[in-house]
Amino acid sequence: MGKKEIRKEKIPVPERSARERIKDFKEVKLGYTPELAIEEAKRCIQCPTAPCVEGCPVRVPIPQFIELIAEGKFVDAARKIKEENVLPSICGRVCPQEDQCEKVCVVGKLGQPVNIGALEAFAGDYEAKVGVEKPKKAESTGKKVAVIGSGPGGITCAADLAKLGHSVTIFEALHEPGGVLIYGIPEFRLPNEIVYGELDVLKELGVEVKLNYVIGKTKVLEELRNEFDAVFIASGAGLPYMLNIEGLNLNGVYAANEFLTRVNLMGAYRFPDYDTPVFTGKRVAVIGGGNTAMDVARTAKRLNGVEEVYIIYRRSEKEMPARVEEIHHAQEEGVVFQTLTNPVKFLGENGWLKGIECVRMELSEPDESGRRRPIPIEGSNFVIDIDAAVLAIGQGPNPIVMEGVDGLDIGKWGQIVVDSETCKTSLEGVFAGGDVIHGGSTVIQAMGDARKAAAAIHEYLFEN
Amino acid sequence: MYRILKKRELAENVDEFVVEASEIAKKAEPGQFVIVRISKKGERIPLTIAEKDCDAGTITLMVQRVGKTTFHLSCLEEGHVITDVVGPLGKPTHLEKWGHVVCIGGGLGLAPVHHIAQGVKDAENRITTIMGFRREDLVFWEEKMKLISDRLIVTTNDGSYGMKGLVTDALQELIDSGEEINMVITAGPVPMMKAVAELTKKYRIPTVASLNPVMVDGTGMCGACRVTVNGEVKFACVDGPEFDAHKVEFDELINRLNMFKTLEGEALKEFQKKHCGCGKE
Repeated sequence: MGKKEIRKEKIPVPERSARERIKDFKEVKLGYTPELAIEEAKRCIQCPTAPCVEGCPVRVPIPQFIELIAEGKFVDAARKIKEENVLPSICGRVCPQEDQCEKVCVVGKLGQPVNIGALEAFAGDYEAKVGVEKPKKAESTGKKVAVIGSGPGGITCAADLAKLGHSVTIFEALHEPGGVLIYGIPEFRLPNEIVYGELDVLKELGVEVKLNYVIGKTKVLEELRNEFDAVFIASGAGLPYMLNIEGLNLNGVYAANEFLTRVNLMGAYRFPDYDTPVFTGKRVAVIGGGNTAMDVARTAKRLNGVEEVYIIYRRSEKEMPARVEEIHHAQEEGVVFQTLTNPVKFLGENGWLKGIECVRMELSEPDESGRRRPIPIEGSNFVIDIDAAVLAIGQGPNPIVMEGVDGLDIGKWGQIVVDSETCKTSLEGVFAGGDVIHGGSTVIQAMGDARKAAAAIHEYLFEN
Repeated sequence: MYRILKKRELAENVDEFVVEASEIAKKAEPGQFVIVRISKKGERIPLTIAEKDCDAGTITLMVQRVGKTTFHLSCLEEGHVITDVVGPLGKPTHLEKWGHVVCIGGGLGLAPVHHIAQGVKDAENRITTIMGFRREDLVFWEEKMKLISDRLIVTTNDGSYGMKGLVTDALQELIDSGEEINMVITAGPVPMMKAVAELTKKYRIPTVASLNPVMVDGTGMCGACRVTVNGEVKFACVDGPEFDAHKVEFDELINRLNMFKTLEGEALKEFQKKHCGCGKE
């Protein structure tokens, strides 16, 4: 067989123009057509080492599903993914593939890596359209497991355990399931319909989801330990870090969680048809350089009446933790980047935010994180006039679930301490994963933890 | 299912609902609240648990019609179901045997004050309750408070019922009478709580206020309910809602309660266009 020429660039994923898409909250990416998907799938050389699988926290059989796409067997491709990952349409959209599977793709050494993320989303979406296969379930074991939180970690662990025949109940604090997939990630990046579609797997598996149920309040962890044979905590990183500068409590200053929850979960972009308002004024500043900051900035850009949106970040664009793709999308949509800039204080008038005093920064030696440390340039202070500011400077584990719990090891930034192989906590029969053990991390990291925990819980249930 | 079992109008624009919520009733302690959402497009609003009945599996909520959601809520009747009720949220009231406790509630502040006073009584304290209203026809729950309190003082701004004046006037009289007061607990309109705090600070009487800021999730996730207490930023939903009243920045709270006023006004206007003025369909 002769050597075939491999196209060096990814087949671009069709997306809506920036001008068009900032008028609404519909998805930016249109996704591959079957023809484009096949063409991209053919770029995979089916290398025998498949480093991409190693690069994936849940070990999706990447070459196999891509081969099925190349053969036009799209539904089979989705089912192949689902052997390891029940949420292909979600992960295809929000995983940082460039740091995981695509980072180590062999094709990437010759040019751009295979667009694994877009192919995964394509397969998931395709199957959803033609009809999802009912997942297989083992015979009932009679064991009961409680899962705290219905975000990516909770869903994954629940699905794995239910498939193994255990009876699973998920406890969700909010009125909708999905966790950060619903309240955090905006619809233009991950439509809620996609999330609800993939959540159907829980129904199919007979997982009970109890909404409006706050563990730590409605019930405490100890009660769950008595009522269930094992507990998995995946309560996420629902504790926003605040910037401790003057004027923090002026009207118009939000934490990213509040801003995104109002818009995404509560539908504030459809106010007053939906009841929840969000106040923005004309000029919005977003403080931070991560994915959440990009989500907030792009959300603000789409809201009625907003004219100017700034990203204020203390290092340079190169150091931003956000995905390159997100930065690119934000810039395309007209978000103004004020890098090497640090907020000093919020300025108000009659209790309302009017501006933000900033100082210019320069980069010095790298710090512990390996990124160059920003230091203020004396006397470079200046003011940006704004009506609203949103802090997207990170979040930590929400402590509510751990309240009044004895014997649970908690780390110095509030995270639950676990054994890294099994996700076991210091409490017998209690496991934890996702942001509650890492602080702010990724959807796929949470899912990776959840799969590890599910395997460990399964083992634990049979030992006991 | 959060079914409304009983509903009655307590006063002009104030409704009382007894709602089926057995798991919440089992856990609810004085000082705690729930978050309620009444339709698929609805907002989440915090409401204090005014009373609970573990045997019946119910909680009692008191609602003042001020915005779209509360007006809409007043359209619901017995047998209707509230879409979402979550709780009990917030820290329970810190209770101990202080001696003589004065519980001060203004208007809807009676909701937290009622449940808190029950706890204060169970902790073997002597209770004087001061409840303040603008006029006689706005007075409610007097009998209920009488049952818990050793002494009850009702004030109205215009003197149409009880003592003429504000709750702080009644409190001043009590202080002037020389009677020892070991603790004051207050809930109601922010300017009232502020006035109570200023008065008791002068006499160094420990005082706790139950705050009512804007909330969304109610679990410490969003930070909408930020208040400044003793110079520190606190989340009222998880760190409170009760704080040392002498350390709360009430003016900031008053300002923050205005953050969405204009938008909320628009929403209410839209709602009332479709319904008659009183909010009923």
